[in-house]
Amino acid sequence: MRRIDQDHTRFRDIVRGRIKQDLRKYVTSGEMVGKQGKRYVSIPLPQIQLPRFRYGSNKKSGVGQGEGEPGQPMDGEAQPGQAGEEEGKHVLEVDVSLEELARILGEELELPNIQPKGKRTLRTLAGKFTGIARSGPQSLRHFKRTFKEALKRQIASGTYDPEDPRVIPIRDDLRFRSLARREQPQASAAIVYMMDVSGSMGREQKEIVRMEAFWIDTWLRHQYRNLEVNYIVHDAAAHVVDQHTFFHLRESGGTKISSAYELCLKLIDEKYPASEWNVYPFHFSDGDNWSSRDTERCVELLRDSILPGVNQFCYGQVKSAYGSGQFKKDLDQAFRSDERVVTSDILDREGILPSIKAFLGKGR
Amino acid sequence: MGNLTPELAQMRDEVRALARGYGLDFYEVLFELVDYDELNMVAAYGGFPTRYPHWRFGMEYEQLSKSYTYGLSKIYELVINNDPCYAYLMRSNSMTEQKLVMAHVYGHCDFFKNNLWFAKTPRKMMDMMANHATRIRAYMDRHGTERVENFIDTVHSLDNLIDPHAPFIKREGRPRREEEAPAQSPVFKIAAKDYMDRYINPPAYLERQRQSIREEQEQERRHPARPLRDVLKFLLDHAPLQLWEQDVLSMLREEAYYFAPQAMTKIMNEGWAVFWHSQLMTRHLLEASEVVNYADTHSGTLATSPGQINPYKMGVELFRDIEDRWNRGCFGPEYDKCEDADEKRRWNRNLGLGREKVFQVRRIYNDVSFIDEFVTAEFAEAQRLYVYGYNPATGRYEIVDRDWRKVKEQLLTALTNFGQPIVYVVDANHKNRGELYLVHDWGGVDLEFDAALKTLEHVQKMWKRPVHLETREGGKGRLLSYDGQETSVKEITPSKDAMQVVGPAAPKE
Repeated sequence: MRRIDQDHTRFRDIVRGRIKQDLRKYVTSGEMVGKQGKRYVSIPLPQIQLPRFRYGSNKKSGVGQGEGEPGQPMDGEAQPGQAGEEEGKHVLEVDVSLEELARILGEELELPNIQPKGKRTLRTLAGKFTGIARSGPQSLRHFKRTFKEALKRQIASGTYDPEDPRVIPIRDDLRFRSLARREQPQASAAIVYMMDVSGSMGREQKEIVRMEAFWIDTWLRHQYRNLEVNYIVHDAAAHVVDQHTFFHLRESGGTKISSAYELCLKLIDEKYPASEWNVYPFHFSDGDNWSSRDTERCVELLRDSILPGVNQFCYGQVKSAYGSGQFKKDLDQAFRSDERVVTSDILDREGILPSIKAFLGKGR
Repeated sequence: MGNLTPELAQMRDEVRALARGYGLDFYEVLFELVDYDELNMVAAYGGFPTRYPHWRFGMEYEQLSKSYTYGLSKIYELVINNDPCYAYLMRSNSMTEQKLVMAHVYGHCDFFKNNLWFAKTPRKMMDMMANHATRIRAYMDRHGTERVENFIDTVHSLDNLIDPHAPFIKREGRPRREEEAPAQSPVFKIAAKDYMDRYINPPAYLERQRQSIREEQEQERRHPARPLRDVLKFLLDHAPLQLWEQDVLSMLREEAYYFAPQAMTKIMNEGWAVFWHSQLMTRHLLEASEVVNYADTHSGTLATSPGQINPYKMGVELFRDIEDRWNRGCFGPEYDKCEDADEKRRWNRNLGLGREKVFQVRRIYNDVSFIDEFVTAEFAEAQRLYVYGYNPATGRYEIVDRDWRKVKEQLLTALTNFGQPIVYVVDANHKNRGELYLVHDWGGVDLEFDAALKTLEHVQKMWKRPVHLETREGGKGRLLSYDGQETSVKEITPSKDAMQVVGPAAPKE
């Protein structure tokens, strides 16, 4: 182990500790959501830098070099900087992998690991001898690679003589064939997000859904190597949309929740047979439905068709100024004894964490 | 020594011989060939292979690796002030770049050895750093990693509170005893006849004298007797610290003093190295096929961007200007008196003193005196230097002035005390309650209060009693305090102590 690894690990530990400590803040502020890369999130951590007596921001003048008349703005997005050492002005951002973020979330909310259904758990298979290693039995020595390494070394150190091209491998040059392990695909999961985009769901409500979806994604991705995400929006009718539309669309009009459930069912039937997939439908709305008849239809759909094919059905009710919140009551009543249906109330941003805990705390 | 390939070793010998030929004088330089990851690691440790364990180095390493991976930055050279000097070469650099780096490094090493500000730096720093690491590791084993690490955090947040001139000041040894102190100066009276005494030595005058003697005695009794800039030293001597804490503090203080001259001579040091690498490369080392590659690298080093001074550019241009001026004799009263710009431009006394002068400059100046002495109207004009400022109306940074005096003033302000605020210990027994009173030497630029309050918490951790920092905000007195429980900011009229250090408050606008 190199010396820096120790310090680096220590630094990562401190970062982890800070994020964990401030998890609530990060969840509610939503600043991570926009900074998401494919595998990493950039998290601003200004508080980790050691404080010092230093000059403040009214040091807004300095010396520059170049063309221009007094009064003219300097070209481009000028960084105010000065000769000499400039320190600690930028905010420190640390990259944290989504994997690690999920672990932090899991530890903080004490989320249980999910036991995937079906037999398809992780299997590691011994593959072919396609790898190269620096140690191994002589019988597996890779002659060509060993020769190449020796040649490289001799040329680099100047002991290679083209007149007398003798190449003698030393121990460092030896290369061996090795087993490359291959992982067989394991359990797969699918999320179906459904959101009510009727007139009563405002910007803030959608923002809450967006933040909650980010954390749910992060956790489920951590649990399943292979995760597919689908988005459905509905008012009186339902549509499958892409992620961007899902969070930014603003429809208006009535609300017919059953339309979404029907579409969701169709999607599951077509793409995600229960024998191979762990399916997680999430539905977010403000709790208003068109009619009680439609609510009955929803309950029917859930009980008879959707629930048998999914791991868990989650309903999050985001409080809005117009929603009556009746739908959650109806669901609770209908599925009081059914563990597969989880509902939660999200009053405001503070409600996101408890809601995530309710949804994912069952380990299903 | 080192692990250079035969080709590079040969190149090093050539560069070294050339550098010596020009009169550069350096300790032996050991070059080490490393890959980018090793270089990032060494750079994270400030150039030393062994430092004490601390997460800050890990953070530095991560930032360097990240910015290298994204192609935002690449470390070209890394050289350690030590005898022998250590320097690192990146394995993936082209031969042209390696040559350039070597020539550049010899410039730095000459500067380290000969510049006066480095005269007191320990030259066996490599070993010293390793020893510090061993001792701190031992303390961590004995007292717990976390505890020692927390204390190191505390020291780090204060390690800019040093006095870069301190290594040059000879201190009196032990405190004077009363009988050794010069006899109390009695009240001074002009000899006069009795009947005139009342007029020649009026009572009010005598009273004034007695007053000032009393004040002097008062001052002597205070602790510290005079405001001290080396806050770390004061804490080391007087804060109630455990023995291991004292040792850690004194080690980190030594390291801070080791690095201080580098911050004080950034422009000169880089300028000197560029001066020599361009000299050696263009006159001797470059082959025709390498010119484009060299020009690309070299101009990258000297690139300027608006709103920023590139120390490499600034330094080398100044050195070249000095050499040129002293070659032509453009200095002295005769030249200064001349008011004809044309004549000044054509001025040539064929003195040929340039080379001698730049060597002298590299010996006795630091960035502040270098800029102060050698930035002239002509230089500022030729380099298109300007002062910029923030215009709240447009929300943009604008060019404010091209007057060379203003440019110089602005540069000097930024460079004073290597760009760090100056803080004095003024009273260690404030309100006669053992509270520590610090004064910030406010020169027109406010401190960042959030950071300052957090830093005060660290001061308090060491001092254990409440601590105060007097500073100003837009010229008006402010007292920042931390008593171990909570921080506070109060408006005050600048105290007498602060006036002594800073001067009277700015007049109201």
